[in-house]
Amino acid sequence: MINPVQPYPCKILDVHKESVHEWTFRVATDAKVAHGQFMQLSIPMIGEAPISVSAQGDGWLEFTIRNVGKVTNVIFEKTAGDTLFLRGPYGKGWPVDQFRGKHMVVITGGTGLAPVRSMLNAFAAGPGLVKDVTLICGFKNEEGIVFHKELEEWKNKFTTIYALDNDVKENWRTGMVTAFVKEIPFDQWGDDYAVVVVGPPPMMKFTGLELLKCGAKVENIWMSFERKMSCAVGKCGHCRIDEVYVCLDGPVFPYSVARDLVD
Amino acid sequence: MSYILNTQQADKVLGTLAEKYAVYAPKRFVNQGRYSATDSIRYDKVSSASEIVWQVKSDYPAKEVINPIQQAIFYFTEDEYRASKVKEQPVLIFARPCDINAQKIQARIFAGNGGFTDLYYARMRERVKFILMDCNGGDDTCFCVSMGSNAVDEGDYSAAVKFSDGGMEVKVTDPELEPFFAGCDSCDFAPEFVTENELKVEVPDLSDKEVRLALKKHPMWKEYDARCVSCGACTVACSTCTCFTTRDVIYGDNPEVGERRRVTASCQIAGFDQMAGQREFRSTAGDRMRYKVLHKFHDYKARFGERHMCVGCGRCTHRCPELISISATVNKVSAAVAEIKADLGKA
Ligand SMILES: Cc1cc2nc3c(=O)[nH]c(=O)nc-3n(C[C@H](O)[C@H](O)[C@H](O)COP(=O)(O)OP(=O)(O)OC[C@H]3O[C@@H](n4cnc5c(N)ncnc54)[C@H](O)[C@@H]3O)c2cc1C
Ligand code: SF4
Ligand code: SF4
Ligand code: FES
Repeated sequence: MINPVQPYPCKILDVHKESVHEWTFRVATDAKVAHGQFMQLSIPMIGEAPISVSAQGDGWLEFTIRNVGKVTNVIFEKTAGDTLFLRGPYGKGWPVDQFRGKHMVVITGGTGLAPVRSMLNAFAAGPGLVKDVTLICGFKNEEGIVFHKELEEWKNKFTTIYALDNDVKENWRTGMVTAFVKEIPFDQWGDDYAVVVVGPPPMMKFTGLELLKCGAKVENIWMSFERKMSCAVGKCGHCRIDEVYVCLDGPVFPYSVARDLVD
Repeated sequence: MSYILNTQQADKVLGTLAEKYAVYAPKRFVNQGRYSATDSIRYDKVSSASEIVWQVKSDYPAKEVINPIQQAIFYFTEDEYRASKVKEQPVLIFARPCDINAQKIQARIFAGNGGFTDLYYARMRERVKFILMDCNGGDDTCFCVSMGSNAVDEGDYSAAVKFSDGGMEVKVTDPELEPFFAGCDSCDFAPEFVTENELKVEVPDLSDKEVRLALKKHPMWKEYDARCVSCGACTVACSTCTCFTTRDVIYGDNPEVGERRRVTASCQIAGFDQMAGQREFRSTAGDRMRYKVLHKFHDYKARFGERHMCVGCGRCTHRCPELISISATVNKVSAAVAEIKADLGKA
């Protein structure tokens, strides 16, 4: 019998400090992951935490982690050469096939950028996959900015709006991401676009409402959820909302489903 | 074949069964009840018929045998996770129809939901045979008939028994159990099922999304903010609740070895949905009650079809220190739904 919660050991190849509290861990594994899926990271004697795959390549995956608790704090003590246990990948990622050839809009709040990073890199590497990309990234403040190098590269490939909530930064805007939604030219795109939104729950809620106000269609919007998880395989019940399990049916949901879910 | 056994014969057969099978049945634990000088009736291993409590419903469900309150799922050293092993011995569980039906409900989650089968559930469940215990009508918290879980099919059990002060009558349906009854007097016993409970519950029709969204905002849930103390006793006693949390434990003085444990969790206890650095989604007892009740009487069925996630065993009502009754709650939901439908012009 297969044990779907069996973790296996993987070597940490590299640790990159994105910001004080967000570090990217590159881990050796051959796991094949769809953009937007997540894995369970496991440390014996401590526990497990679900973490999105933030980038992938030949024989490795990256996880961008914020140290907020038991498991993530211990992961932050690890360095290249140490072992991390993984299981997964789990969940449903972004429906990239439905995005093909369309105008793509990506709106993120804070580390919400992690679950879309690998997809953005695929868009940047393979022009023609989508028509074009409009990327709106908001961060609380300068210390919260992650993926500095990629943010610079994406400027050359995508239409970008980078913003800090309240602070001022050269060539950056100031304000919540919701404030910039009206600049997206939905009226010029007919039905030929797709929007993905990831960030803290209030950010996703208000961004969804603003998108509708600016003419985006419910059917063309997707969101990625984070909920408490223990098993990631539809057994423990922690992530359930109504009749959906975030670990199985999500973390990516069509907005038509997401907007009616009541925790 | 059906047989009739006196108490000595029944004890003897149970003794022989217990040599081959791990036999579990409701047992009385004297003075271990909720209040002083009260007993607790829960599942445990038995090796004689006289240990089995059949006169009243057990306080705790049969599910505890199949998915215990806590169990080790992995043992580890710093660089290895080894899945825990299980004894190979086959298992017999004496259970009433509600408890047997509850296992069909749990199986949908543990074995199959999302295409994953839980190793720990499946490896235990495949060793279990049920012995249907005749239900003498239950008590004033039971509403199995309203939930359609008062009866089971013949394929759901290996034998059916009816205990009495004089012994037991049994109908054996599984050839594997026949030899244990060799030499006993035959009779024409056939199991019967409860056809009416004192208590009746009207399960609301929640198929309309607009009605459901309105119900979630209905003031009826506020009542539980004051009444429910979020102790989780209801879900522990529930025949169907499956939720658990995973916890790592280090062994005593050696920080290098330990185990990963699965521990029963309750959506009624604060923190069930707490994520690092975020506010709780369900921060009040009322929110949590809504979440539980809607799961049992809408969400589960919306996902898996067939039936609701409640067998009407009444154990939650029985255990609640605040005298919150699930049947009264569901009837309140039905009243609220009628009100909402009238308001929305959908009556
Ligand atoms: C699908 C999915 C994808 C995810 N992707 C990522 C990702 O890519 N990167 C990422 O960093 N996270 C991600 N998360 C979130 C991450 O799983 C949680 O933050 C997780 O709880 C961290 O585990 P932990 O054991 O370190 O924290 P826990 O120990 O579980 O935290 C436990 C509790 O401790 C409290 N707590 C402890 N320390 C703090 C603190 N410093 N601040 C606030 N509260 C605290 C909180 O109340 C919290 O509930 C994702 C979650 C999901 C569901
Ligand atoms: S909700 Fe209450 S009545 Fe229904 S199965 Fe659970 S314990 Fe029994
Ligand atoms: S309903 Fe009763 S048993 Fe359940 S959590 Fe509330 S007080 Fe405890
Ligand atoms: S995380 Fe356990 S059911 Fe989704």
